[in-house]
Amino acid sequence: MLLSIKNLRVNYGNVEALHGISLQVDAGEIVTILGANGAGKSTTLNAISGLVHITDGSIDFQGTALHTLPAHEIVKFKITQSPEGRRVFGTLTVEENLMLGAFTSANPERIAASKQWIFELFPRLEERRKQLAGTLSGGEQQMLAIGRALMSNPKILLLDEPSLGLAPILVKSIFETVKTINKAGVTVILVEQNAKAALKLAHRGYVMEVGNIVLADSAENLLKNKQVQRAYLGGGH
Amino acid sequence: MEQFFQQLTNGLAVGGIYALIALGYTMVYGVLKLINFAHGDLFSIGAYLGLTLLLSMGLFDKIGALASVLLLVVMVMVLVAIIGALLERVAYKPLRQSHRLTAVVSALGASIFFQNAIMAIYGPGLLVYPHDLLPRIAVNIFGVDIPLMRIVMFLASVVLMAALYFFIQKTKIGTAIRAVAIDQGAARLMGINVDRVIMLVFCIGPALGGSAGLMVGLYYGQINFNMGWMYGLKAFTAAILGGIGNIPGAMLGGLLLGVIEAMGAAYISIAWKDALSFGVLILILIARPTGLLGERVAEKV
Repeated sequence: MLLSIKNLRVNYGNVEALHGISLQVDAGEIVTILGANGAGKSTTLNAISGLVHITDGSIDFQGTALHTLPAHEIVKFKITQSPEGRRVFGTLTVEENLMLGAFTSANPERIAASKQWIFELFPRLEERRKQLAGTLSGGEQQMLAIGRALMSNPKILLLDEPSLGLAPILVKSIFETVKTINKAGVTVILVEQNAKAALKLAHRGYVMEVGNIVLADSAENLLKNKQVQRAYLGGGH
Repeated sequence: MEQFFQQLTNGLAVGGIYALIALGYTMVYGVLKLINFAHGDLFSIGAYLGLTLLLSMGLFDKIGALASVLLLVVMVMVLVAIIGALLERVAYKPLRQSHRLTAVVSALGASIFFQNAIMAIYGPGLLVYPHDLLPRIAVNIFGVDIPLMRIVMFLASVVLMAALYFFIQKTKIGTAIRAVAIDQGAARLMGINVDRVIMLVFCIGPALGGSAGLMVGLYYGQINFNMGWMYGLKAFTAAILGGIGNIPGAMLGGLLLGVIEAMGAAYISIAWKDALSFGVLILILIARPTGLLGERVAEKV
């Protein structure tokens, strides 16, 4: 097992956002976390990344207690995130954004190789290297956010809502790329509102409702699950 | 024409000082959205520490003028950088999660503390730098005699600004500083230690401000405990003029304000010098609140 979360609780002020969730991720998997707005999906990712403080529970990565580390240390364990809303550095160039993604790595050859790979995955980024990230289209910014997260050769890539606000054709191409990234050996945890696309891509899935995990199964079974179809896939009359 | 050229060079020299101080305001604002009101006092501390080091070490007799000035600049920058880092640690870091106004009040408190500390240590009167240290020669440029020290002061500020610009634009740490100024959360996701970047900014800004204090001491020869108030306000005006949070803006704003002030003093009235500077501040706030170089990029969401 690569990543194991046990009884995770997170509070925002007096409100508890996660009520003790547990989930596991194996090496090489694509695991998707589904659920409505406010279910706690992003909070889960941010807890893994160390951006939010947890009140109880544990996050274990290959024997390291991640929840005891600050966010900038967690990146060194090769766990990176492409955050919701992309959050590229708008007044920096595409290239500078990518180089920041490699902030923790000191090996110039590895960095060059990562950049090369990212330009193969997203040729558009290479064309726009010198352009300011804030002037890119939404889809290009999403590519940049994913590319930036890949720059440090992650073992686990956390993807938060990569399809948000993108045209269907772009969503398809981004999801194809996620598959390619996974085939290259990167474990992916994918948070999505676009449940159908996410389940078609993922190996396994968790369904969250108001801070709890209510279902956990293989993606195949979740696609067939009546409850999931009714709530998230718009089917099952 | 001679008067114009004299005032232009004078304005550029003073403007270089404003620019160096303004960089401290603008960099801190960039990463914390806080106006460090104690920054002007760090400038004063630079002037006082410079004087103390100069008198106690007797450098000028031992190693000559040029080497002494260079060594003094380095020592003052290092010491004021340490004071800046301590200031951040004591007065601002504990308030990082509080309301922004709380930090502003803390900044004003720190300013009062520094001013009174200088007064308690050095006394309330004017202190003078030894006036025979530096050569009082003039250089003839296009038939106008310009004091050499004025040129040196201007060049020194330009060199420091160029070094900063290179550091911010071209190095990995500089890029990290810019990233933290844009989005602290996303910067953390890159593996950047945001606390350390903030501390670094609180070393660089005060180091530049402190060096400006030393230059003012060497050039004008007189310092007093509340000199940081007026210089600080002028530099703050310069930072707003260029666009607060914008590093080239602070440089441009400083030089521009220096020249405006010098020209105003020469051609309008010297009594209106300060009024003119703050008139510029009011005008820019009304006409272009983002400053000359502020917010040039429209970001798509």
